[in-house]
Amino acid sequence: MTPMIALDSVSLSYDGGARFAVRKVDLEVPAGRFLALIGESGSGKTTALHLMNRLLEPDEGRICIDGADVRSAEPAALRRGIGFAFQAVGLFPHMNVAENVGITPRLMGWPQDRIAQRVDELLALVRLPPAQFRERFPAGLSGGQQQRVGLARALAAKPRIMLMDEPFGALDPLIRDDLATEYRAIHDALGLTTVMVTHDVTEAFLLADTVAVMREGRIVQTGPPGELIASPADAFVRAMIETPRRHARRLAEAMDIRG
Amino acid sequence: MGASGNMIDVAWSMLPEYLGQHVLISAAAIAIGFLVSLPLAVAASRLSWLRGPALAFASIVQTVPGLALLALFYPLLLALSSFTQDAFGFGFRALGFLPTLLALTLYSMLPVLRNTVTALDEIDPAVRTAALGVGMTQWQSLVTVELPLAAPVIMAGLRTAAVWVIGAATLSTPVGQTSLGNYIFTGLQTENWVFVLFGCVAAALLALTADQLLSLAERGMARRSRPRLLVAAVGLAAIVGASLYVQSDGAARPAIVGTKSFEEQYILGALIGERLERAGYRTARRDGLGSTVIFHALEAGDVDVYVDYSGTLWTTAMKRADMPGRKAVLDRLSSWLAKRGDGYVGALGFENAYAFAMRRDRAKALGIETLADLAAHAPQLKIGGDFEIFSRPEWNGVVKAYGLRFAVRRQYQANFMYGAVANGDVDVISAFSSDGRIAQYDLKILGDPKHALPPYDAVLLVSPRYAHDERFLAALRPLVGAIGLAPMQRANLMVDRDKDKATAGQAAAMLEAAIPR
Repeated sequence: MTPMIALDSVSLSYDGGARFAVRKVDLEVPAGRFLALIGESGSGKTTALHLMNRLLEPDEGRICIDGADVRSAEPAALRRGIGFAFQAVGLFPHMNVAENVGITPRLMGWPQDRIAQRVDELLALVRLPPAQFRERFPAGLSGGQQQRVGLARALAAKPRIMLMDEPFGALDPLIRDDLATEYRAIHDALGLTTVMVTHDVTEAFLLADTVAVMREGRIVQTGPPGELIASPADAFVRAMIETPRRHARRLAEAMDIRG
Repeated sequence: MGASGNMIDVAWSMLPEYLGQHVLISAAAIAIGFLVSLPLAVAASRLSWLRGPALAFASIVQTVPGLALLALFYPLLLALSSFTQDAFGFGFRALGFLPTLLALTLYSMLPVLRNTVTALDEIDPAVRTAALGVGMTQWQSLVTVELPLAAPVIMAGLRTAAVWVIGAATLSTPVGQTSLGNYIFTGLQTENWVFVLFGCVAAALLALTADQLLSLAERGMARRSRPRLLVAAVGLAAIVGASLYVQSDGAARPAIVGTKSFEEQYILGALIGERLERAGYRTARRDGLGSTVIFHALEAGDVDVYVDYSGTLWTTAMKRADMPGRKAVLDRLSSWLAKRGDGYVGALGFENAYAFAMRRDRAKALGIETLADLAAHAPQLKIGGDFEIFSRPEWNGVVKAYGLRFAVRRQYQANFMYGAVANGDVDVISAFSSDGRIAQYDLKILGDPKHALPPYDAVLLVSPRYAHDERFLAALRPLVGAIGLAPMQRANLMVDRDKDKATAGQAAAMLEAAIPR
């Protein structure tokens, strides 16, 4: 079966080849899979994500979406079929919530009534009562509410793929956990293929089906969380997964003492 | 009181034309400036190699004084016009609307350019990324996201540009574009402070109105309020529409009477205009033109009739250094003009010569009768002149002939010069022999035994367009030889004096009454 997203020996350097942000990366994400890309800052995870919807173009290698080379489509047309959400959200400050959520359908020329209906559906999906939020402007929303609107906007044109870059990174822990759990449910319900960049190893292990670890522009290991924990490929991966393991242990101890 | 009340009536009667022209030239310059600056700013914000040069160019334009910028376009367009005439068989008017439009357009660009570039720079990068992420093309991102977000700052730039341009447009009078500046320039030359004030207040009110309407539009955009935008748009459209209506009142191009920038010229301009109107011509005025600009304007057809002085044409247009005498200069001038296709009606009868003048008591005390006597004392004396004299060939001629060297040299607006010599600010001035203030202040004209100064007979010139129009020439011929020095001095003094000041029109009527039928 063709993977939904495939990177074949992809490289990109920002300084003409002196150093590579992404180097000879091979990656396959099957349809319906939730993949987390983890690694330290500067390891190339955001660059890899931006290559998938042509926010960046590779120096070498080939990127395919559903079997077709991404270069066969206009970048704007390609991106309309791929949901994109990121930490800074980037809501359009001069548009209200309904206009923000309905932007991609509008670009695709949907009729007005269908856009309005879709906006209400999505606001309900991300748990923002439409009647209460439709007309509000981004400046009047909390961080969590803004991220929910951003998520609704990314899902508006019924994409089959979602690319997310630290989408919950700026939120309070409680809201963050809620929203992450809700998103996993949405992913399953809509049958999406998701690639999420995060530096939070625990979040990655709790949400994703597959975790890919990046270091210095290369993918060091790819596999289900259990496999990474059972047989880390090298000392670096071992050290990375040691952190959530240690957290879990301490948390368990603390709970034992209280309990 | 009566006199100034009368002045205000005269000023009001000119308002529709001056204000209308001012609005049209400003609106055209602001609109074109905006349409050029906006895309340039967008390009500059995207292309780093363009940003520096574009902003530097606009800043440099801004440092050129407004008057100089306007003046520079005249020779440029004149050269271009003669080139297109030679190459493609058509020319265009190098004076008036076109140079003013170009200069003001350039002048309007910096605020819009700088504000737009700044506003686009300051857009949150996350918003740009999101715009691409949701599937916008670069163009869609610009039009639906970036420009709307930058709009308030761009509008603020447009407001600044509008106020600048409306202010700078008052300087367009010397290049022949009618504007509210006509009040100011004419008023300054004839010491008519009512006119000066009237022009300043009118220009300030216009700038304020434009600023308020644009500010209304700005708030309308920021709050997405249609009524505000509508009121602003209707207000701006009404002002431009009314101005267009006033200007369209009349079809064919009128005969243009040109004047240089001093009172005698305004009086003669009024006299000539009145005669042509009576002969059935529609006329318009181009007032306050530069002394050499006006002759080029005549040959280019931008001015149809004006009064020049033989010595000025002899030295600056014909570039002659010899002094063959009054009669010979006139003869050679008329045949030179005929050869070039310009019309020469004749000499009016009086001379307005450059003449060096001192206070009578001071001249007596120093024993100075002539320029030759002056030479010995000059190193201790201060000389005052108008803005032109020290750069004219006549000055060089006099300096060389008598070996003059002065301790101090000062330049004045022509009509302040006389007061300056009378109260002792300077010892000698380069006066004009027909000026009524020579008698008023009891000044002594110094003799010119070596004939270093050329004769300055007032001569009436006509553009090639009317050079063979008999009816036109017939209306002007009675003026030839009909205006003596004494009547001209009286007429000049009527306009110059502080008490019972008359308008140029009233002085012209006095001269007209004395012309034999």
